[in-house]
Amino acid sequence: MEDLLQYLFSGISIGSVYAVVAIGLSMLYRSTELINFAHGEFAMFGAMGLVTLWGQLKLPLPLAFVLTVAGVSMVGILFERFAIRPVKDPHPISLVIITVGASIVFRGVAMVVWGKDPVAVPSFSSHGSIEIAGAVIVPQSLYIVAAALVLAGSLHLFFRYTLQGKAMTACAVNKKAAWLTGIPSSRMGLFAVLISSGSGAIAGIFIAPVTMNTYDMGTMLGLKGFCAAMIGGLGSLWGAFAGGLLLGILECFGAGLISSGCKDAIAFVLLLLILYLCPGGLFAQKQADRF
Amino acid sequence: MSVKTLVQLFIVITLCISPLSTVAAQSVYKIGGIFSSTGRASFLGDPEKRTMEMMVDRINANGGIDGHPLEAVIYDSEGDPAKAVSAVNKLIHRDKVLAIIGPSTTPTTLAVVNFVERAKIPLISCAAGIKITSPVKPWVFKTAQSDRLAVQGLYEHMRAKSVKTVGIITVANSFGESGRDQLISLAKEYGITIVAKESFGAKDTDTTAQLTKLKKAAPDALICWGTNPGPAVVAKNVQQLKIDIPLYQSHGVASPKFIALAGDSAEGIVLPTGKILVMDQLLDDDPQKQILQDYRSMYLSAKAGAVSGFGGYAHDAMTLLVAALKGSNGDKKQIRDRLETLENHVGVTGRYSFSPKDHNGLSASAFVMVEIKNNTWNLLTP
Repeated sequence: MEDLLQYLFSGISIGSVYAVVAIGLSMLYRSTELINFAHGEFAMFGAMGLVTLWGQLKLPLPLAFVLTVAGVSMVGILFERFAIRPVKDPHPISLVIITVGASIVFRGVAMVVWGKDPVAVPSFSSHGSIEIAGAVIVPQSLYIVAAALVLAGSLHLFFRYTLQGKAMTACAVNKKAAWLTGIPSSRMGLFAVLISSGSGAIAGIFIAPVTMNTYDMGTMLGLKGFCAAMIGGLGSLWGAFAGGLLLGILECFGAGLISSGCKDAIAFVLLLLILYLCPGGLFAQKQADRF
Repeated sequence: MSVKTLVQLFIVITLCISPLSTVAAQSVYKIGGIFSSTGRASFLGDPEKRTMEMMVDRINANGGIDGHPLEAVIYDSEGDPAKAVSAVNKLIHRDKVLAIIGPSTTPTTLAVVNFVERAKIPLISCAAGIKITSPVKPWVFKTAQSDRLAVQGLYEHMRAKSVKTVGIITVANSFGESGRDQLISLAKEYGITIVAKESFGAKDTDTTAQLTKLKKAAPDALICWGTNPGPAVVAKNVQQLKIDIPLYQSHGVASPKFIALAGDSAEGIVLPTGKILVMDQLLDDDPQKQILQDYRSMYLSAKAGAVSGFGGYAHDAMTLLVAALKGSNGDKKQIRDRLETLENHVGVTGRYSFSPKDHNGLSASAFVMVEIKNNTWNLLTP
């Protein structure tokens, strides 16, 4: 019993990482229909930014947080302005390939800037691990869950209740019609990338203390984040959150109850099964009433 | 004459002269290097590449080998077996090297073994995997200690501490799998029972699920076998889960980076390692001490970062190759035969005595046991 609870907690620790990455990915898809394979790299920039500003330059945590998010958002703006917008024929496939290319460039830049060695940063607070009924969870994991909840919640409110958010949704539904009603659709696209890269940075910042940070950590984060978003249904913010946790918990129960050698295999077989049974993901709505 | 014709003239003249320069340098001994100087295994390949370059410069400054200057052609395998194969083909067919040092990792080495065997070129690998030299391949040698020796050192220490049961957690790559095989196959010899076997992915950020399972099996000790950063995650998780079973690590984490990554949780961990980490704590009559300190001062003077045992593999490969090249007249068969008969050649890693049956040439004495105390390595007396 104690073991099962521990597997659950471990699953939440791992899953929260996937969830917080998946939210930014899902948000961008919701507002631009773009799947950004460079999203994991934004998270990597966030983690590395924190490592530099907080871990090495010893800035206060809130300042390091704000500077990192602002810096990564700037990278996001440049990425949108110089890689996404100039594309003449924005076919989904060509855009996806551009994001894959961008992820390689980002990785290369990070390798030159931060070197190839992994670096660690301490946890945000110095509490020891929390023990509940014999099972243990690390406080940082709870912070990640909280960050993911706040991120998903505030994005949800933003899309539902602000004019800007509604305008972005309108652009996603039909770019031309939105433009006809006077919504500057290209600026909305820029805004969507800005928010997405910013939330990627937030994800990276919260993840940094629980993982070992390297220039190539974004690949794994992006891939698992993408899976989480798929499980939850691309475009659904709460789906991304739930999908991330589910993937993490499946992995841990797979490792604990069956075999740690094939925990990824177990998780992915279940993923395929879920997608086979409900192709749009667990929380997908019908296309017409998605917005 | 216009600028354009001047440029053309310049190009033509350079093209005419450049073959002359290669003619003049014909007595150069050309040797190849393949290291994963970038990519995931760059922590191995980068110091190895730098070491090889430093050694070549130093040998040339001292007049070369029998008057022949050395020239190193070094390629980056990026830790990718396919790239290592293309590099080895370039070295064999285009650069026509006399011998090759590297590659840095076991998978890349195993990928190129057949090519050097067919081309009959001596290869001194810097990778640790036991499959490289067992069974023995005539043209393939290696300088890194086999995992088997590390496991022997570790088990000997455990026997002295009367550890009877162990739980092992290994990384899911060739380093971890090779370690796992050796841990399992040698356990009986030392009266040790393995009660639980777990594995983790090289990029995993959390191993608490596996550790929970190991904790349940209640062994006398835990052994983690992997290379950074995974084992640091394991060490952190052991501390977080408040598991009070002693944790042992492998030589794969024997670098200051591990202590930096694992922080407090590294405290008290015992592991087998090459002597380079604790060279100043060695007894003065240890023949390796002087060589280790010389290597450290050479490496530090190049400002290439902290010295590591990984660069030492390339150092030993170079000194072995130089010893074999002396008086060989650049004949590959002779280089190979001389390597195979080298005895008591002391290097950074250990004392090499090659034979037709042993192309690694090291014994368990190449390892010492250290404990991490106050963020540094403490030599444990055997």
